[in-house]
Parts: sequence; C-alpha cells; structure tokens
Amino acid sequence: MSRRFTRQLEDGPRDMTVSTRKATRRNPFEILLETLVRVAGYSAVVFVALIFVFLMREALPTFNEIETDELFNRRWYPIEDYFGILPLLFGSLVITLGAALIAIPFGLMTAVYIAEIAPRWLRELLKPLVEVLGGIPSVVLGFLGILVLAPLIRRILHVPTGLTAFTGAVLLAGMAIPTIVSVAEDALDTVPKAYRDAALALGATHWQTIWRVTLPAARSGVLTATMLGIGRAIGETMTVMMVTGNAPQIPAGLNALFMPLRTMTATIAAEMGEVASGSVHYHVLFTIGLTLFLISLAVNLTASAVLFRARRRAERLLS
Amino acid sequence: MKCSGYLLALAIAVFTLGACDSGRQQPNSEQTVETVTLINKGSDTIVNLALAWAEAYQKMRPNVSISVTGGGSGTGIAALINSTVDIANASRRMKNKEIANAEETGVTPVEFVIASDGIAVIVNPENPVDKLTLQQVSDIFSGKINNWSEVDGDDFPIVRLSREVNSGTHVYFLETVVRMGDKKDETLFSTSTLLLPSSEGITTEISQNRNAIGYDGLGYVTDAVKTIAIAVDDTSPYVSPTVETVVDTTYPVSRSLYMYTLGEPTGATRDYLDWIFGPDAQAIVKELGFVPLE
Repeated sequence: MSRRFTRQLEDGPRDMTVSTRKATRRNPFEILLETLVRVAGYSAVVFVALIFVFLMREALPTFNEIETDELFNRRWYPIEDYFGILPLLFGSLVITLGAALIAIPFGLMTAVYIAEIAPRWLRELLKPLVEVLGGIPSVVLGFLGILVLAPLIRRILHVPTGLTAFTGAVLLAGMAIPTIVSVAEDALDTVPKAYRDAALALGATHWQTIWRVTLPAARSGVLTATMLGIGRAIGETMTVMMVTGNAPQIPAGLNALFMPLRTMTATIAAEMGEVASGSVHYHVLFTIGLTLFLISLAVNLTASAVLFRARRRAERLLS
Repeated sequence: MKCSGYLLALAIAVFTLGACDSGRQQPNSEQTVETVTLINKGSDTIVNLALAWAEAYQKMRPNVSISVTGGGSGTGIAALINSTVDIANASRRMKNKEIANAEETGVTPVEFVIASDGIAVIVNPENPVDKLTLQQVSDIFSGKINNWSEVDGDDFPIVRLSREVNSGTHVYFLETVVRMGDKKDETLFSTSTLLLPSSEGITTEISQNRNAIGYDGLGYVTDAVKTIAIAVDDTSPYVSPTVETVVDTTYPVSRSLYMYTLGEPTGATRDYLDWIFGPDAQAIVKELGFVPLE
C-alpha cells in the first residue's frame, strides 16, 4: 500500500506539469475528446451499478413474498411453488468446476506449446485456428453435444443417459479453452527473451525454464486467462441447456458429474419467457440472476486481489 | 467497456436507418394493397400446425402476413396478456390466474378450440416394453419405478424425459398422467426427470437411448421412436395412440388445442379464425397427425 502511495506522490507533480502545459494550448476538440474518453471510462462503473440496482429492485420482493428458507428447499418446481434454488446453485458449481478442471490444464498446456515449444510456422497456424474455435457459436456446439458427444459419453462411460453435467462441462471447457489459450499465449509472449536466455545460460533445461521462469513471470496474464475462461463457462447458457438434461436434483457424491443437472443460467433462460412479470416466480428468477451476479463479482474480486498482491510482491522483489 | 461508445454509436445508427426505412416505405404501402400483419405465438405443440395454416392462408390472401413463433403455451399467453401478439396458441386452457392477469388490463381473453391432440408415451424402438397402465406410467415419472425390469422390460435403468415447465404438454401430462386426473394429488415429477427445451430434443434422445421414456404430442411422433399402448387400469384394454383412437376417445391421454385472443376478434384476426374452423384448415390438421374438430 505504502509503495503505491509513494508512487502516486511521485506521479503527482508530473501530472500537474502535463496539465498546465496542456492548459496553454487547449482546443475545444481536445476537450470534447477528453470528456468522451472520460465518460466511456466511467460508463463501465455506471452500467454495473445500474444493473445491480435493477437486479436488486426485481429480486428483493422475493424475500417479502416467500420465507427465506423456502429458497433453501431441496426442490425446484416453480409451477407448484417450490422455489429451492440449491439444486440450481450446485448444478452450476459442479458444471463450472468440471469445465475448469478440464479447460485450465489443457488450455495452459496448449498455450505453453504454442508460445514456447512449437516452431514458428506451426505457431502461426495454430494461434488463428484456436481463435476460430473460439468463434464457433455456442448453439452449434450444443447440437454437436446432443448428436455426437452425448451418445458417445453414454456408450463409453455406461451411464443411463449422455445428457449429463459432464457433457456440459466438456463442451464448456471447449468454449473456455480458446480464451485461455489466446490470453495466456499473449502473456507468455510478452515475457522478455532475456529471462529465458538467462535461465538457459544458468544451465536450466527447456522444461525448467518454462516451469520455473517463463510461467511465473507471465503469472498475472495466465491468471487473467483462467478467470476469463471460467467467466465464459459460468455464464454460458445455450449449450448447457441443450446437453445437461436440466434435471433439478441436488448432486450427491462423486458421481454427481455424471448425473443430469440443471444450472442457474439454463433455468433463467428456460423460464423467464413464461412468467407473468411481478409474480413470485419472476422475482425468484431475478434472485437467481442476482446470485449469479454476486458469484461472478466474487470471482473477479478474488482474481484482482490475487493479481494485485502478486504485482506488489514482484515490485518489492525488484526494488 | 472500451467498446460501449462504439456500441452506442452503432445503436443510434441502426435506429436512424430503421426510422429512414419505415419513413420511405410507408407511402408506398398505402398506394398498393393494405397489408395486415398477424402475430401468432405460443405452444410448441401447435407451432408446426400454425405454420402450415399461416402458409396456406397467406397463399390465399397475399395481403395478410402471419408471423408464427413457438416458445410454449405459457410464453404465448404471457405475450397475449402483454398485448404483444394477436393470437396466442396454447395446448392447455388458460389458468384462472392468467385470466385474472389479462382482465386486469381491461379485456377478457376469448377461447377457441382449434383441434385435438393425443399425448403419446414414447420409448426407443429397441425397448421390448410396448404397453403400460396409466398407474405404471405415473409411477415411472414420479420416481417409484426406476428399472425397466419392474414393468416386464429388460434390466436397464429408466431415464425420464419431459418438456420444460413452461410447456402446456408438461402441465397436461402432470395433471392427467402423473396425478391421474386427481386434483388433490400432489405427486410431482421425479427430480431426476430430464427437462428438455424442445420436442425435438426428446425425440432425438429417445431414438438414441434405449433407457429413455418420454412423451410428446401425436403430431411429433416419428418412426424413430415407439409409442406405448396405455390402459386406464388393469382390467381395461390397452389402446395405442392414433388419430382414430383419439377421435373415438378410447385413448385416455388426449386433449384439446386452443387459440386465445384478447377480446372478441375483429377484422383480419376474425377472418383467419373463421378460416381455421373451415374444411381446408381442418384437412391440414389431419395431415400433420393432429385430430381435426368434428
């Protein structure tokens, strides 16, 4: 904290000289441009705040209309007034965790291969291909899941149906991997060549250089890549709705990944079109939306806290 | 959030263009024939029928344009209450709550029975089971029966498939089959029931998976799945769902299909509904595997 503060102090006077210099030759166009840039910058904060207020306004009546413990009921069946959101919460968590477990190792390995190991011509071929993979519409992946992946999973794993949380997790991983690869590869690419040369000169093997020097140096970018990937997975709706079976059951035990589960996003997507606005069901759906919002907020805050601490530590080490 | 400025600009551009367009087109359309647009939305069970009707009707009356979308009975009725559609399709009757909601806006919804439909219980063609009593079907969907061997089938787990809760077919099946018509019964679908967003999803899964059982409107049953003959109780005969058994009401799981308008229909909507009750439209009903009105 103190370091940041001193840096601000150092920055202070420099800022002032810049602005005084600017004041002498300011033209209206520059002022307009500056204002626009500033508005664009603040708009992010304003939009998030507005969305939060809107969600709160639509979600809060829930707590007047039904008892709070009804929300922690084990059953979700809104047309008969069962509003337990636990099965949906666990469904989302299991599927997202499953997707993360597949996507993070696979994505990072791909990124390391592309950035550090692959020859130049292969890298120039692989990177755009991975990005094309990221551009496939999720509904197309959903069809692929229903027609190809689900029957395959049923036959290979001998589960009663192929429409399971695992099927969803595999497809979500497929969707998160391009994001992870792309961002992580960029981060690895920005690590100065001198770091690698130094490690190699000290006698480290290629693998040791990657694992002990390059990856840690690109840590913040790698973490961002992971977070963006998971962010894409938890918010994805269409694919999970098509392939996870949408059965609102509470996952039990280790085989939870191979059961049909229902996610929060799929629930909102499937039911929002049908509810009368202002009904209990409507408010509960907004409560689910609010829960999703808070979860992704928590994930992002954790990520930036970790990043921030890592950066400060790096600064301390370098100084 | 860098791109929010661009997005805004784009949105403004699109709006302005849209405005220009409609401004240019309006005088033109007044000179030619006046086109009427009818918006028709609701039950996924009815959507193919409604599309076929709209197509035939537009061929006959080129000045009428009818847009048909699905989404589920509940979706259509909600849209009707919000006055965003002219006609709502529903595979169930409006609930009292929905009628009350509509009346709050000052207009009473008007109901039209447009055709009948049988709900077929379907399994994979490889499944040896081909007849069940209503009680057995109810026990399967409520989770009391979990293996095909309990209903004289092979030793395979049962995978239950259902439409989403916004589907009129779902509500109808719950009331008529799972609860066997008993209004006080509070049996629910088993939590392990897969809720699929479309009829196609159910047909696809059943045609691939020999463990699966599901239900669907007669109009959606294909050769890739097998229908189950149903008996009301142990002593009654087992009846397969066909157009004939639905017409003579021997098949126990059949229902009416509805269209709703807000208030008595007038103008183009009236003409369209009159045509639907005529022989041409009812012939289409039969072609699509539904059951025409008498």
